[in-house]
Amino acid sequence: MSPTATPKGAAGLRAKDVKPQEPAKGSKAVAGGLAGWVDDRTSVAKPTSYLLKKVFPDHWSFMLGEIAMFSLIILLVTGTFLTFWFVPSAGRVIYNGSYVPLRGIPMSEAFKSTVDISFDVRGGLIVRQIHHWSALLFTVSITVHMFRVFFTGAFRKPREINWVIGTILSLLAINEGFTGYSLPDDLLSGTGIRAAEGFMQSVPVVGSYLAYFIFGGAFPGEAIIPRLFTVHVLLLPAVIIGLFTAHIVLVAVHKHTQYPGPGKTNDNVVGYPMMPVYMAKAGGFLFIVFGITTLMAALVTINPIWLYGPYDPSPVTAGSQPDWYMGFADGALRLFPGFTEFNIFGFTLSLNVFIPSLIVMPLLYSIAGAYPFIESWVTGDKREHHLLDRPRNAPTRTGLGVMAISFYLILFLAAGNDLIAIKLGLSINDITQSLRVLLIVVPPLSYWVTKRICMSLQRRDHDLVLHGRESGRVVRTAEGRFFEVHEPLPEHERWALVQHETLTPLPLTAKVDASGVQRKRNRGEYLRAKVSSFYFADGVHPVTPADLVAAHHDGSAHEAIETGQDSQDQDSGGQHWVGQLHGGAEERPERDAYASHEDGADRGPGSAP
Amino acid sequence: MSEHGTESAGDQVRQPGTAGRLDQGLDQRLDQAQVEGSGGIPERFTNPGLPPHVPRSADLDEKAARRAERQVATLFGISMVATVVFLVAYFAIDQRTYSFIPGIGLASLSNIVLGVSLGVSLLCIGLGAVHWAKTLMPDTEVTEDRHPQRSSDEARRDAVETMAAGGAASQLGRRPLIKYTLGGALGLFAIPLLVQLTGSLGPLPKDGLSTTFWRKGMRLMRDPEMTPIKVSDVTLGSVFHVMPEGIDKSPHVLEEKGKAAVILISLPPEAIKVPKESSWGHDGIVAYSKICTHVGCPVGLYEHRTHHLLCPCHQSTFDVTQDCAVIFGPAHRPLPQLQITVDAEGYLVAAAPFLQPVGPSFWERG
Amino acid sequence: MNALGSHRRHPAAILILLLLGLVATGGLYSLLAPRPAQAAVGTADDMSAGKKLFLANCATCHGISGTGGKAGAVPTLLGVGAAAVDFQVGTGRMPLAGTGLPQAPRGNKVMFTQTQIASLAAYVATLGPGPSIPDSQYTNGDGSIARGNELFKVNCAMCHNFAGSGGALTRGKYAPSLRNVTGTHIYEAMATGPQSMPVFNDQNLSPTDKNDIISYLHDLDKNKNPGGLSLGNLGPVSEGMFVWIFGLGLMIGAAVWLGSKAA
Repeated sequence: MSPTATPKGAAGLRAKDVKPQEPAKGSKAVAGGLAGWVDDRTSVAKPTSYLLKKVFPDHWSFMLGEIAMFSLIILLVTGTFLTFWFVPSAGRVIYNGSYVPLRGIPMSEAFKSTVDISFDVRGGLIVRQIHHWSALLFTVSITVHMFRVFFTGAFRKPREINWVIGTILSLLAINEGFTGYSLPDDLLSGTGIRAAEGFMQSVPVVGSYLAYFIFGGAFPGEAIIPRLFTVHVLLLPAVIIGLFTAHIVLVAVHKHTQYPGPGKTNDNVVGYPMMPVYMAKAGGFLFIVFGITTLMAALVTINPIWLYGPYDPSPVTAGSQPDWYMGFADGALRLFPGFTEFNIFGFTLSLNVFIPSLIVMPLLYSIAGAYPFIESWVTGDKREHHLLDRPRNAPTRTGLGVMAISFYLILFLAAGNDLIAIKLGLSINDITQSLRVLLIVVPPLSYWVTKRICMSLQRRDHDLVLHGRESGRVVRTAEGRFFEVHEPLPEHERWALVQHETLTPLPLTAKVDASGVQRKRNRGEYLRAKVSSFYFADGVHPVTPADLVAAHHDGSAHEAIETGQDSQDQDSGGQHWVGQLHGGAEERPERDAYASHEDGADRGPGSAP
Repeated sequence: MSEHGTESAGDQVRQPGTAGRLDQGLDQRLDQAQVEGSGGIPERFTNPGLPPHVPRSADLDEKAARRAERQVATLFGISMVATVVFLVAYFAIDQRTYSFIPGIGLASLSNIVLGVSLGVSLLCIGLGAVHWAKTLMPDTEVTEDRHPQRSSDEARRDAVETMAAGGAASQLGRRPLIKYTLGGALGLFAIPLLVQLTGSLGPLPKDGLSTTFWRKGMRLMRDPEMTPIKVSDVTLGSVFHVMPEGIDKSPHVLEEKGKAAVILISLPPEAIKVPKESSWGHDGIVAYSKICTHVGCPVGLYEHRTHHLLCPCHQSTFDVTQDCAVIFGPAHRPLPQLQITVDAEGYLVAAAPFLQPVGPSFWERG
Repeated sequence: MNALGSHRRHPAAILILLLLGLVATGGLYSLLAPRPAQAAVGTADDMSAGKKLFLANCATCHGISGTGGKAGAVPTLLGVGAAAVDFQVGTGRMPLAGTGLPQAPRGNKVMFTQTQIASLAAYVATLGPGPSIPDSQYTNGDGSIARGNELFKVNCAMCHNFAGSGGALTRGKYAPSLRNVTGTHIYEAMATGPQSMPVFNDQNLSPTDKNDIISYLHDLDKNKNPGGLSLGNLGPVSEGMFVWIFGLGLMIGAAVWLGSKAA
C-alpha cells in the first residue's frame, strides 16, 4: 500500500496500477536482452523450460518419422523456389530454349517452364531434383514409420487418434506426390492423367460428369494443370501441415513411447533431454537428411522430363508407371481381370477399372486406420500403453501386418511387370498370371509363416532366460558327471525378455451374472471371443521366477533370480556353479528327450506336465 | 432352459478376480505384479532399474574430449568451405557446361558442383552437430515421469459444469425459437459455399464422349507430319499412326486428338478372320481406334508377326485378326474399327465416322 | 581352440560358406560350359561367295532357294532385300542361336566379317527385290534432332521406351535397347521390320525422317545426363528402387549412428 494519499483527478485513476517490477539491485539480471523482451510480452519462460526439459528416448527407429518431417520441410522450401519459375498453364508455345532435341516442338507452358527450370535457370535442376527425391523419401519414410508404429503396437491407447491422423497424412502425401509430378505435363505423367480420367469415367452413373467437371470439359482440356497446381501448392499442403502439427503436438502431449528395457516402465520416459542433446541430435539429423537428399539430387537423375517430351494423346512410352507410391494401385489395375465389365440394361458397369483404381486405395487405408480400434475390441484392453511391444511378442498382429504388406507388395510388383519381363527375360503374360495367383496365395501363407517365426523367437527367448548362453566349457563334477556351463543372462539383459505380457483370449462373460440373473449374449460377443481366440490362443508366456526356479534343478533357485550373476565372479571362487550347469540326463523329463519348452511342459523333471 | 444354445467346450467363464486384469484400467502397473509380503517367489520378475552408466572416453580423458572437439570443428569447417564453393560455382560455372564425371558419364557440371557442395555443406553441419552430441554432451540417461492422459475427475467435472452452466446461462434451453432457427441458419449457410464451388463446374458431357473428329470422306493423315496416305504407300506389315484431316486446325487440337487417334495396320488379307473387319478395311489394310478401351492409353505396340496389338500401360492385348478382340489383360471391349476406303486419287479416307464411342467405358455408353 | 574354430559360431560364418559355394559353382560352370559353334564357311570354288555362305549357313532353315520352311515358322527370304540380311547378320541376330520365338537375341556375337555379310546380302537380294542397303547420306545422323525426337515418340517410343532403353512385348518377346547401334542398322531395321517390329517403309517414314530419327538416337548415345546417373532411363521404377535401397539405407544408417553410444 502506498503511504501517500491517493492523488486526485486523472492521476488517481492510475494510483492502484501494478508498477513494473525492477529487478533487485545486485542480483543477477533474470533473462535480460531479447529473451526478456519476448517473455515480457508472452510469458513464455515456463513453457520454454518445460519443453527444453522434455525427455526423448533414444532409438534409431524413432527417427523414421523425423525423416518424413524433415523431408516435408525440404519439400516446402524447394517447392517455393519452383513456384517462382513454374507456369501452371496449358497454353501452347513453341520451345526455343537451350535444350536442342526439343527446339521447335510445340508444348504447354507448364512443360516449357519446367524445361527452362532444368536448363536455363541457375541451380534450377538441382532444386527440381532435390524436390522430387525428397518427395520420394517423404513417402518412403512415412511408410517405414507406419510399419514401425504398427509392429511395435505404438498405436494403442492413448495414440489411436495419432494413428488415424497418420493414416490420413499418408494418403494425402501420396496424392500430393501424384499431383506434383503431373504438373510438368510431360508424356509420362500426362499418360497417368489420361488413365485418371479413365478412372473417373468408370464411376457408375456419374462417371462422365465427374470427368468433365474435373477436367473442365473433354480430356485433356486447359483446366487440369492449373487445378492440379492449386491442389498441390495450396490445398493439400495446408491440410498436411495442419494435420502434421496436430500429429507432433499429440506426440508431445502423450510423450514418446519407448522400447522395454531395464529402468523403463510404463510410467516413465527414459532418454535424453531436449536441451542440449536432442536439439543437437534432431537438428543435426535435419541437416543430415537434407544433405543426403541433396547429394542424391546432385548425382542421380530423377524424372528427366526433357527426355519424356511434352504430353500428346498420341505417343506413349514403354514402361509407363507412376511414381513408386502409386505402384500398388497401378498393379491392381494390371491384375484385375477384364471380364468384370458388365452391360446392364444398356448401361456399362466397369468394375475392372472402378474397383482397382477407386476402391482399393481407400479400402486399404480405411482398414489400416481402423486397426487400433479393431485390436482394442479384440483384446478388451483399456489401459494406456507407453511401452512398445517387441514384434515377436505380438505374433498375430505381426503376422497380420506382414500379410497386409505382402498383399501390397504383390500389387506393387505387378506395376513393374513389363520391366521385370525385360530384365529377367520372362513373359509378361506369365508374370501377370502368376501374380494373380500369388496375390491370393501368398498373404495367408506369409501370415502363417510370420506367426510361426514369431513364436519360435519367443521360445528362443524363453530358453535363453531359462538356460542362459552356452559357454562351450565342459565341467566334470566331483561325482564324475559332465555338464556344459551355461552363463545365465545378466539381470539387465534378462529383463527385456521377461517383462512383456502375453494376452490371453477374452473369455465370454458369464451366462449368469452376480445376482443369478441370466445374461443374454449378443452375436458381437461370440464374434469377439472367436477373434480374440484367433489372436491369443497359442501364446508363449514369458518366463516367471517360478519357471526359472523349476529349471534350476540343482536347488540354487533364489540365487539364480536375485543375484543376476556375473560369470567373472564364478572363476575366482573355484567350483561354485550357481544354476549354470546344464546338459546331462537330469535336465530332460524321462519320457521325451526332445520335448520342447512349451508352457506347462517346462517345469523340470518330476513336476506335473 | 438355455435360450443361447449350449456352451462349446472352449468357452471359459470369467471368474471374478482372476482374468479380470485386462479391464482394470489404470490401477494395474504393467511391470510389477508381485505378491507382496508372502515371502515366496515373486509372481513376475522385477525391473532391475537403469543399467550402470558407462562413461565415454571424452568423459574421462580431456585429450579425447579435445580430439572430439577438433573433429566437430573440422566438420563444421568443411561445411563452410563447401558453402563457399557453392557460391563461387553458382556464378562461375556456365549452365551449358557438360563434363565427364567418372561413374556417371557426361553430366551438367553446374548441377553436380552446386549439388555436391550444397549437400556437403548441409551434411557436415548435421554430422558435426550429432558427433558433438554423442561425444561431448551428457549421455547419462534421464528419467521423466508420465502422468495418465486422463484428466482428474475434478477437472472433468469442472469442464462439464462450466459447459452446462454456460449453456443454461445462454437460455438456449428455454428459448426453443432460437434453438430451431439457429439450427436452420447453421445448417443452411454452408450451402452457398458449396454451390459456388461446384455450381460452375462443367460443361456437361452431352455427346462429347461418344463422338470423334472423324467424318466420312476425311483423309487419313500421318501423325505428326499431317500428310495424307496413299494406298500404294502402305506395304505389308507396316503401321501408320493416323489423325483425321484438318484436326490440326481445330480450336481444341489435343482434345480432339485424344479421341481421334487411329492406328492403320496392313496385314495379309487371308489372315483376317472376321468378315466385317475385311469389309471395313481395304485389301488387308485396317484402321482401329488407338485409344485403349481400358483407361485410355494409346495402344501402339503392334507385333507384326503375331498380329497382336499391345497397350503398354496395363498390357491389354488385342488380336487384329479377330477385329481387335481382347485376348489378354484388363480391358473388356475390343477396339472400335474405323471404316476406310480409297478416294479417287488413291488416298485412304474414312468411309464413315466411328459408329461407337471410343476409349474407356462409361456408364451411359450402352 | 584355434582362431578359425573360435569363430565357427560367428553369424557371418554361414554367409561366407554360401558365398564360397556360389563362387565355386560359378567358376566351375564358366570353365566347363560348352562354347558356341563357329560359323561354317563355304569351300572355294566357282560358286559365288554369297551363295556358298547361304547354302552353308542359312539354307538348313530358310530352304535351299530361300523360300522358308516349317509351315511358315521360318520366314521366306524372297523380297526381304539386302537390307534385311545386312541387319540380321550384321547385328548377330542370324544365324539364330537357339530355337524359340523370333526375337532380338541378347548379346549374340556377329559370326561373319563385313565382306561375307555384303556377299550374303547381295546373294539374297537376287532371290527377290527388296529394300537395299541405305545410302550413307541418310544414315549419317546429321539430320534434325528435334524432328527425330517427335517422330520417335509417336512411332517408336511405345515399344522401345522414350530414350530407346527397350521395352516388353507379349509372351516373352521384347523390343531391344537402341543404345550404340549404327545408323545403317537403325535404318535397315525400320525399313525391313525385323522379328516383331512393323515395317516403316520409305513412304511411311521418308529417308530424311529416318535420318532424323537416327540423329536423335545418336544424340542420346552421347550419354548426356544433365542430372547425374541415369539409372538406365527406365522411369520411376528404377528411381523407386534406388530411393528404397540407397536413400532409405543411408538415412537409416545415419539414424543408427546417431543413436549409438560414442566410444
